[in-house]
Amino acid sequence: MAKAAARKTAPAASPSVERRPALTGRSTTAAGVKVEVLPPAERMSLRAPEASVAALSKALGVTLPKKPKTLASKGGRTALWLGPDEWLVIDEAGNDPLADCAGVSALHSAVGISHRNIAIAVTGAGAAATINAGCPQDLSLDAFPVGAASRTILGKTEIVLLRTAADAFRVECWRSFSDYVFTFLSEGSRDAAV
Amino acid sequence: MLLIRCPYCEEERPELEFRNAGEAHIARSANMAGESDDDFEKFFFIRSNPKGIIYERWRHMHGCARFFNAVRDTVTDKFVMTYKAGEPKPSKLPGAGK
Repeated sequence: MAKAAARKTAPAASPSVERRPALTGRSTTAAGVKVEVLPPAERMSLRAPEASVAALSKALGVTLPKKPKTLASKGGRTALWLGPDEWLVIDEAGNDPLADCAGVSALHSAVGISHRNIAIAVTGAGAAATINAGCPQDLSLDAFPVGAASRTILGKTEIVLLRTAADAFRVECWRSFSDYVFTFLSEGSRDAAV
Repeated sequence: MLLIRCPYCEEERPELEFRNAGEAHIARSANMAGESDDDFEKFFFIRSNPKGIIYERWRHMHGCARFFNAVRDTVTDKFVMTYKAGEPKPSKLPGAGK
């Protein structure tokens, strides 16, 4: 975390040490579907027993969801239910969720994974069909409504899928898999019949 | 594709998200060092491999990542029911008792 703080206060980096997130700015558009890489965000993997949830929710400013396949969002910070004691916290407002958890004395494990994940947005009328090219889950609005989130698979890789609107998804994948995932989604978008 | 009900996610999910993790309800001895070789062999290697109903551990690997138990029919490949890890073996199966 000291590292994260140092990064923020450091003066503008010279080109030789410039941070280059994977796939920066890549996007592709097919008929009715747009696949684009989203800007970097702060992320945290959080594991905690039931007894710590209230204290952590208070520190994070987001009530950690307890229902499967749901998320809670507030002020640019989103907490996704991944398992009965596991959450993925994404902060797009630039605040560090790790720092907020640091003062919590209740038992928990918080691991910074900001650089581990890449987020890809899939938007448009054929978004669900694009993701279903490699994801076996039922993505109809009845089974996977807006605000639903789940860890699942896409092709050969594990992803975290979250529905931001009826025709928009956010796909979180590991950085090292991001090229595969992006290419897979690009191919899928071309196949998605609208 | 099979749909498997995850007792933690409380819904049916596609089989690709799951991994089989062997037979369920095999109790590990509290005194492993005191086990005889024969007993250890039974615990470690010997599995029932029945034709029909089998109790197995499964893991929702690419979902909630939880282990749970499932009752499956090895003849039809149908899942009879699933229940959380740590819960006792169900005494009566749904659809049984004919």
